[in-house]
Amino acid sequence: MDFNTGVWERSVNVQNFIIKNYTPYDGDESFLTPPTERTEKLWNEVKDLMQKERQAGGVLDIDTATISDIDAYKPGYIDKDLEQIVGLQTDEPLKRAIMPFGGIRMVRNSLKQYGRDMDPNVEAVFKYRKTHNDGVFDVYTNEMKRARHTGIITGLPDAYGRGRIIGDYRRLPLYGADFLIEQKKKSFEEYNYEVMDEESIQHREELQEQIRALEKLKRMCESYGFDVSKPAQDTKEAIQWLYFAYLAAIKEQNGAAMSLGRVSTFLDIYSEQDLKSGKYTEQEIQEMVDHFIMKLRLVRFLRTQSYDQLFSGDPTWVTEAIAGMAVDGRHMVTKMSYRFLHTLVNLGPAPEPNLTVLWSKHLPEPFKKFCAKISIETSSIQYESDSLMRRKFGDDYGIACCVSAMRIGKQMQYFGARANLAKALLYAINGGRDEISGEQIGPELLAVRGKYLDYNDVCSKFDRICDWLSKLYINTLNCIHYMHDKYSYERLQMALHDDEIIRTEACGIAGLSVVVDSLSAIKYAKVKPIRDERNIVVDFEIEGDYPKFGNNDPRADEIAVDVVKSFMRKLQKQKTYRHSIPTMSILTITSNVVYGKKTGSTPDGRKIGEPFAPGANPMHGRDTHGCVASMMSVARLPYDYSEDGISYTFSIVPDALGRYEDDKADNLVSLLDGYFTEGGHHINVNVLNRDVLLDAMDHPELYPQLTIRVSGYAVNFIKLTREQQMDVINRTFHTRF
Amino acid sequence: MSKLDITGRIHSVETFGSLDGPGIRYLLFLQGCPMRCIYCHNPDSWDLHSGTQMSVEEIMRDISRYRNFIMTGGITLSGGEPLMQPQFCEAIISESQKRGFHVAVDTSGSMPLEKCKEAVALADLLLLDIKALDEKLCKEMTGHSNHNPLAILDYREQINKPVWIRHVLVPGYTLDKDKLTNLAQYLSKYKCIERIELLPFHKMGEYKWEQLNLPYKLYDTPAPTRDEIDMAVSIMKEYNLPVK
Repeated sequence: MDFNTGVWERSVNVQNFIIKNYTPYDGDESFLTPPTERTEKLWNEVKDLMQKERQAGGVLDIDTATISDIDAYKPGYIDKDLEQIVGLQTDEPLKRAIMPFGGIRMVRNSLKQYGRDMDPNVEAVFKYRKTHNDGVFDVYTNEMKRARHTGIITGLPDAYGRGRIIGDYRRLPLYGADFLIEQKKKSFEEYNYEVMDEESIQHREELQEQIRALEKLKRMCESYGFDVSKPAQDTKEAIQWLYFAYLAAIKEQNGAAMSLGRVSTFLDIYSEQDLKSGKYTEQEIQEMVDHFIMKLRLVRFLRTQSYDQLFSGDPTWVTEAIAGMAVDGRHMVTKMSYRFLHTLVNLGPAPEPNLTVLWSKHLPEPFKKFCAKISIETSSIQYESDSLMRRKFGDDYGIACCVSAMRIGKQMQYFGARANLAKALLYAINGGRDEISGEQIGPELLAVRGKYLDYNDVCSKFDRICDWLSKLYINTLNCIHYMHDKYSYERLQMALHDDEIIRTEACGIAGLSVVVDSLSAIKYAKVKPIRDERNIVVDFEIEGDYPKFGNNDPRADEIAVDVVKSFMRKLQKQKTYRHSIPTMSILTITSNVVYGKKTGSTPDGRKIGEPFAPGANPMHGRDTHGCVASMMSVARLPYDYSEDGISYTFSIVPDALGRYEDDKADNLVSLLDGYFTEGGHHINVNVLNRDVLLDAMDHPELYPQLTIRVSGYAVNFIKLTREQQMDVINRTFHTRF
Repeated sequence: MSKLDITGRIHSVETFGSLDGPGIRYLLFLQGCPMRCIYCHNPDSWDLHSGTQMSVEEIMRDISRYRNFIMTGGITLSGGEPLMQPQFCEAIISESQKRGFHVAVDTSGSMPLEKCKEAVALADLLLLDIKALDEKLCKEMTGHSNHNPLAILDYREQINKPVWIRHVLVPGYTLDKDKLTNLAQYLSKYKCIERIELLPFHKMGEYKWEQLNLPYKLYDTPAPTRDEIDMAVSIMKEYNLPVK
């Protein structure tokens, strides 16, 4: 291939390669092609398999005898003659692998739930081999276990792969495995140290592990008949090599989120050359993309039912970031950006890969309108603000999981799930006692007294509880990530990173709008606490009305900004594992339902057990001034204090978006432009009628591909638990007739 | 007195209007309406004396916060009948235009032209609801003659400013081939008409009548079928009217 030269040739630098070689595309979607006969046939086979999987209760098959590894399986195919891009996680499609290094207990439980037994040989290995999960529970303090048990900190990756790491999978096609191995060997030889301390030893051991993983990757590709030691020579090889690199990662790790990164514009460089030289036609290239995306739709991990309750619908977060702007001012929309989104038409809607458009007002208008049209048709796209992220992360960042931006190959995060701030507020009111169990979990403070709650008193108590919580939270994460590095290190993904990387410790909060509305109620109305016989406040009576988050009312919105800033500042003060930088997200995924279940009644009028709003959303039905006001409130939340992302889920019925199809797309574009200009970070767009969802609950078989966006990801609606389906249906659907 | 000091009565605000004029619009619903349309879906906006009192200044301050969303769309004054508060309307329109916003007025045209001439003249776009061309039917459906709306339409034609005509298709009342043909014929002579929107009668406002304890006549009236709507559209098209 004939590429423009640059520093990318001498050392690993994919960003430089892209900037020197990509071709922005300003046109519209008219060049796109429909699925080929081969694609249709193959996709029908995949759909049949997926139906069988659903009928089997969610899991089609499990290989219980093999400990998953990059080169642990024979090559697997769906239909070898049809597949243009090959490679499966195990030797058969939808057969799940076991990955016990994160936690053998979780594997055992999952197998039991699906009526399978662990192979005795595998059991035998773990008589001698410790896992990440064992390590964490060896060092947890009682306080940490209590906090975890009551649910003030939940969703911690202490029993399975932490995920949220994006390997730079583009490095394999661009450089070939041999060059990458050579670079890592050089780093090892040239590694400078003064004292061979813990840090240096860890670094050197990790480099060796990375080299080993790259060798395994080569072997895996060989088994499929490909030699990836040298760079890819055309579009097909580039897509195949890239997919192999990703495949190796998902054979090694069952991370909570396994993002793909930002590959479309990179791949476009190959396809532009092949189109010009006549090597491949547009139709052939779209076919390769369709087959690649099909593979990504087949990614599966073995999970327990308790995990499914938290993160429903079997998500894998194969997140791909599309478009955005380059730092030199050009937009990064290419034909490949269109082709990736077009898979939602060729193959129909789907939750995975998690297609994420990096939005900027300056993206070409035809592309914006194309995205809006696809959103209206499929509800499968999420949008994130390129202007906010580019300023912090440059123009080669990807999205880990849902909303977490990171420089690809240069940055990783220690995923930390989230703390339940609504519960923390109840601890403040109850002197550190849990409002449900009555146990003393937090520090013993004086509980509130008097007939009505006093705003200043509650705020100062809440502040002290948050001091305690932030410290406990970071300390807990330190335990988890120390052990994950030790027992379940992501060798392959880290081999596709630079040697020196930025690490963040990514905390999160849940229940923001509950806390804000509660504080607003205490401040602007009168809130009477109701105590039970244990002298615990178990309910509240509100006298009068109060401003609610989600109406662009500064009185409520300023409380929200304060809560976010204050908790982030507390996190910043803590000492973290491996000098990682604390960050915070406002994201719940579907866990808002489980969090709500575990949290007592709150001063905003929410009753015990009722769900929180997802992510940074206003509480259901309380945003009464229309969706623009709601977006303005969310957009005001400070990204600088919540750099790991702020998730907002927006649902609107199609008829409320405009009278005619063309108006609908234009209006959605204006909404996105407005929201992001106001400083919004992330938005899920659902354009759906509630009736459709209700019907899908009763007749799931008729809606196998019905996809909806929930906080930060997309999901097959019919795979949600009934409770979560109700939560989605009860949310604010913006309507107006 | 400055225009900003004028006060009026507001029913409510919707920050995302997509159906009342072009683009995304800030919808300001004004309180009060003289009409008593049998199919009204906002009977709670009839009483001129309820709602919230607000000054033009307060309203402009709120509208301006939404600049980034409504620059390509604009503001729509709706109701109720916005022209029932003509000075208030005129003040909001001129202050909005001063700030670069496009303003539409969504009206049934039920006010005498001489009482609201300034506001009607100023509006960038008039969304004019013609209830019925037939005088008797109009009275039956709204309690009022159609003299005023037709005079307002004439005036917009005279000053050459755009109008979108809206017409609600109510089975048993307006959804009738002959009546629609008459209407189409009548409207076809106006050059100021940019768009015709045929709005199918819907049943989503019924609960408000119940809440207000008002007698509702259309419980048994169904929403029009797709075929009936298509029939109405094709009649408009026969007369080359701009209907989608």
